[in-house]
Amino acid sequence: MPLSKSLPFIWRNNRESIMLKRKRKFFCLFMLPSFLGIAIFVLLPFMDVVKRSFTTAITGQFNGVKNYQTIFHNQAFRLAVGNTLKFTLVCIPLLVFIGFVIALFLSRIKSREMMKSIYLFPLAMPTATIVIVWKMIFYRQGFLNMILTKMGEWTHLWSEVHIDYLGSSAAFWVLVGSYIWKNTGYTVILWLAGLMGIPSELLEAARVDGAGRWQRIRYIVLPNLKGSLYTIVILSFLNSFKIYREAYLTTGAYPDKSIYLLQHLFNNWFTNLEFDKMAAAAVCTGGFLMAVILVLQALWDKNEI
Amino acid sequence: MQKVWKLFMKGFIFCFLLLLGLTVIMPVLLLMSGSLMDTWELKGYLSAVFTDGESFIGWRLIPEFPTFANYGKLLFETPQFFVLFWNSMKLVCGILAGQLFIAVPAAWAFAVYQVKGSRVLFALYVVLMLLPFQVTMLSSYLILNELLLLNTHKAIILPAVFSTFPVFLSYGGFRSIPPQLLEAARIDGAGELTIFLRLGLPLGKSGLLSAVVLGFLEYWNMMEQPMTFLEDKSLWPLSLYLPEITWAQAGHAFSASVITLIPAVFVFVLGQDYLEQGIIYSGLKE
Repeated sequence: MPLSKSLPFIWRNNRESIMLKRKRKFFCLFMLPSFLGIAIFVLLPFMDVVKRSFTTAITGQFNGVKNYQTIFHNQAFRLAVGNTLKFTLVCIPLLVFIGFVIALFLSRIKSREMMKSIYLFPLAMPTATIVIVWKMIFYRQGFLNMILTKMGEWTHLWSEVHIDYLGSSAAFWVLVGSYIWKNTGYTVILWLAGLMGIPSELLEAARVDGAGRWQRIRYIVLPNLKGSLYTIVILSFLNSFKIYREAYLTTGAYPDKSIYLLQHLFNNWFTNLEFDKMAAAAVCTGGFLMAVILVLQALWDKNEI
Repeated sequence: MQKVWKLFMKGFIFCFLLLLGLTVIMPVLLLMSGSLMDTWELKGYLSAVFTDGESFIGWRLIPEFPTFANYGKLLFETPQFFVLFWNSMKLVCGILAGQLFIAVPAAWAFAVYQVKGSRVLFALYVVLMLLPFQVTMLSSYLILNELLLLNTHKAIILPAVFSTFPVFLSYGGFRSIPPQLLEAARIDGAGELTIFLRLGLPLGKSGLLSAVVLGFLEYWNMMEQPMTFLEDKSLWPLSLYLPEITWAQAGHAFSASVITLIPAVFVFVLGQDYLEQGIIYSGLKE
């Protein structure tokens, strides 16, 4: 009697372990091509780079942390890190905020589809096609100065404006502008998805309880959007590195000091075959980014519970 | 009264958004109008840009003497343009096809077979997805040099095939399939491969298509990789060629830009739903 009772148990237990084995087998099978490729093209060579970061460029002798010391004392590296940090710290909050305001407005109107397409469109425009337009707008005699001069004539507040936006420190703001122009679309989509995901009963209940519009935004909408915020910050961060395309195409490999980014530096080191510095900088940047991502993820996980 | 006010606010918001939207797509209008102008008209408008004088650039959104001469010249008299156009096409299609074979099964593994360690591996994939090109530039160069692939199209296609971004997007699509459905198929005796091909692919296709749409837009615009790994200019994609055109050939630049834009717009218009879906998937956390 006891035997027959325990039999199904053993049988089930056995079946579960078979299932688990099967699962593991198929996981590996489906995973294998991708993982192999990543190992060959990313992981193994990156280990080589880590090794190189501790050796000299030409002879390959071990020289400790000297490469790291060199880059941290390197003026260009400091400038590039500073500019890159400044760019991300200015752009991301700005983009997150602008995207939110537009999404909030869009969530109120009915004919949303066309507007969404319009804002998304810059995402589809290849950078190379846009460069000629940027030049027409931001050159010394371009559209922006023309409009500013017209406004000056009109209001009598300032005389003619002849700033070369791409060749002066204003270039930083041109980059900020083109980043916002390009990336607002997907931020709006993500915010909208978040906004639409808030149960309308929740908002209705708050309205019945007498909460005003701002109160509803502050106490119900915003706390419900934390997940979207995490995503938007991560994606904006990822895309902020792609601004190099605009920077490089409009101003070349050695632009104004205000927009000399890490990406320029890496590229120039590569051209000059300074692989030792490049290796050390790649390890530092990679490590820093990984730390940022993990911290953000940890923060987010804590908030979720 | 309140109703009128509400209607007014709505109209105001609509106009505001539309105006903002118009400035957003202004560059396209400039490109289109520029491509339809003849050399003399363009020169007239743009001469202010080259001279150091005080006069400003001029423009008309509707050209005074519209002409297709720029396009004609580009399409019938510039064979190099076709070479570059096909280079771009070859790179993009090669990458996307490769990604479908490599990344989609990996996404399926992550979505369906959760085993010990799969979460850690997934975290690694996320980090790899977020690393910018410059960080892995040297390592890519070293391996491509080792494999003797530098200065060939394979040097661009192969590393991109193993990008983890499409894994992430397809994963989003596969996660939306209810697991009970797969379990039911298993009980009915379907093999794992059959489940993947017959159930996974058709049901998770929104994830795959969004990976294709976002991938197309990304790789059509690719610059860093070809700039670093391709020396031979005849191998370049369009995205690197356009900026090389000088002001003196402005008409050529405008029409070439518009033609480069066409495939991207085509994919954008056809795949907009998947594009949005993809953006939302890219925001999904495990």
